[in-house]
Amino acid sequence: MKLGIIKRSFILTGIFISFYFIVSSIAPAGTIDLFTSEKGDIKISGGTAHIPVMKDAAKQIMEHNRDIRISIAGGGSGVGIKQVGEGLVDIGNSGRKPTDDEIQKYGLKLFQWAIDGVGVIVNPKNPVKALSMSQLSEIFAGKIFNWKALGGPDKPINVYTRDNSSGTREVFWEKALDKGEITDKANVVVSNGAMKTAVANDPYGIGYVSVGHMDNSTSPVILDGAEPTIENVKNGSYKIARGLFSNTKGEPKGLVKKFIDFLFSPEGQELVTKNGFISVK
Amino acid sequence: MEKTTIVETGFLGAAVLSASLAALILIFMLFLGFPLFRGGYFLTLLTTPWNPDKGFFGIYPMLAGTLSIVFLSLCWAFPLSLGASALISVIAPTGFAKFCKKTVQMLTGIPTVIYGFVGVFLLVPFIREMFASGSGMSILSASLMLSMVISPTMILIFTDTFESIPASYSAAADALGASPVQKLVHVILPYSRRGIFAGLILSVGRAMGDTLIALMLAGNAVAVPGSILDSARTLTAHIALVIAADFDSIEFKTIFAAGLVLYVFTASLILLVRIIGRTGMKNR
Repeated sequence: MKLGIIKRSFILTGIFISFYFIVSSIAPAGTIDLFTSEKGDIKISGGTAHIPVMKDAAKQIMEHNRDIRISIAGGGSGVGIKQVGEGLVDIGNSGRKPTDDEIQKYGLKLFQWAIDGVGVIVNPKNPVKALSMSQLSEIFAGKIFNWKALGGPDKPINVYTRDNSSGTREVFWEKALDKGEITDKANVVVSNGAMKTAVANDPYGIGYVSVGHMDNSTSPVILDGAEPTIENVKNGSYKIARGLFSNTKGEPKGLVKKFIDFLFSPEGQELVTKNGFISVK
Repeated sequence: MEKTTIVETGFLGAAVLSASLAALILIFMLFLGFPLFRGGYFLTLLTTPWNPDKGFFGIYPMLAGTLSIVFLSLCWAFPLSLGASALISVIAPTGFAKFCKKTVQMLTGIPTVIYGFVGVFLLVPFIREMFASGSGMSILSASLMLSMVISPTMILIFTDTFESIPASYSAAADALGASPVQKLVHVILPYSRRGIFAGLILSVGRAMGDTLIALMLAGNAVAVPGSILDSARTLTAHIALVIAADFDSIEFKTIFAAGLVLYVFTASLILLVRIIGRTGMKNR
């Protein structure tokens, strides 16, 4: 049963990809052709926000040349940096810039191939759709604990946050809360997806997700007049943003270099935009 | 004869292996948690709160969370299981009893994540609207769903015990004109004490070890819970949440303390219940 679905999705991907090549063959030769005579494995781990783009890129490359195998694991930004530093993987992804310590210790080379915003979300039923930064800080610190104080219903505010290894949490904590306190009564969820589900189900909840994950199930909150949209992150009016990094130990060589070049190529950057992130080129 | 020895050696090997694995895990955790003992932090960890930004790495809130969720889920599951197994093995007519038992057997095979999923979408909103306090992700929600997870196993163990009562006892009770309920209360339940304890032990272990239900439904807040409607974090969920952190960090080291506490606690609880069970049998 499961095998059937996998098989079918492979066939579908196959069809999709062959269409892609028919279309792209009209255009000048793409970066994907670099992989034609290559062979070998690429191991990738780390940041979970990166995974959709990594998967799409791997699919295109592996469909193009079946002698290349690319494996993608999650684990979080911290794990990605650690594993690539220890030489366990070829590419370690992180949703934050590795610290100077980490860069020095492991001799990391950083490649930032996308920008991602982190936006505050509430339930669509919640009438509160705009907050000031100081209100946001007080909500997350547990000092404002009823929606009534913000013009909403007379209900307690349920704060949702992420675990400490989350890159999304780190960026939100630094740039939105100015490293302020997060109440110990906050519910903790384990991924961007779980955050979306929690707030979509809780009429009195508030949380934060990667802008790439936002959809109709939750409402974005306007912060100090700036709406968390891709356009606003791009033009700089929405400030809570971060780079998505792929890190290698030392200068990347051979196949790994080609993979990173692919991420920066027009094809790679198209995958970035398709997945709701902001391309860097 | 040759064959028997081979089989015996095989079984002995399996038994020794599984027993030594349990011991090895303990040694492994003691070894990795050793820096905590040497610094004398271990006891501090058990009594202080968790706030890594301020340098607190205690696991007291998780300890409280685990104990309250496990205790509460047993409160729901134990009477339910006792009643259900009495129904299956004594009170209900054969056909219906068989149907019930098959259903329960099927329930044991449902993966925990399914219960968690159902809990997130049905139970949590219900609790939130019902009590109008907090997000609905709470000790209450987690314990209710956890009792659903541990009940089937408990019911099956209880049923097996009830049905293993010697035929002569059962016949004697029937001959004295006891009703099925009288037979249950005066013959079957006293006889099944050991089986009931065994079922309870296994369920406590299962409830303590369960990670997903608490992770998905309890809310994982690091504050010490003040009521059953508060969000709380269990030791298992805590380990799952922290393990992705940087391996060099103090956070990561303290999860060995959490693991150790979980291990020692489960082990000593089982020992305790075993001892109570044994003395209970002697008194009879």
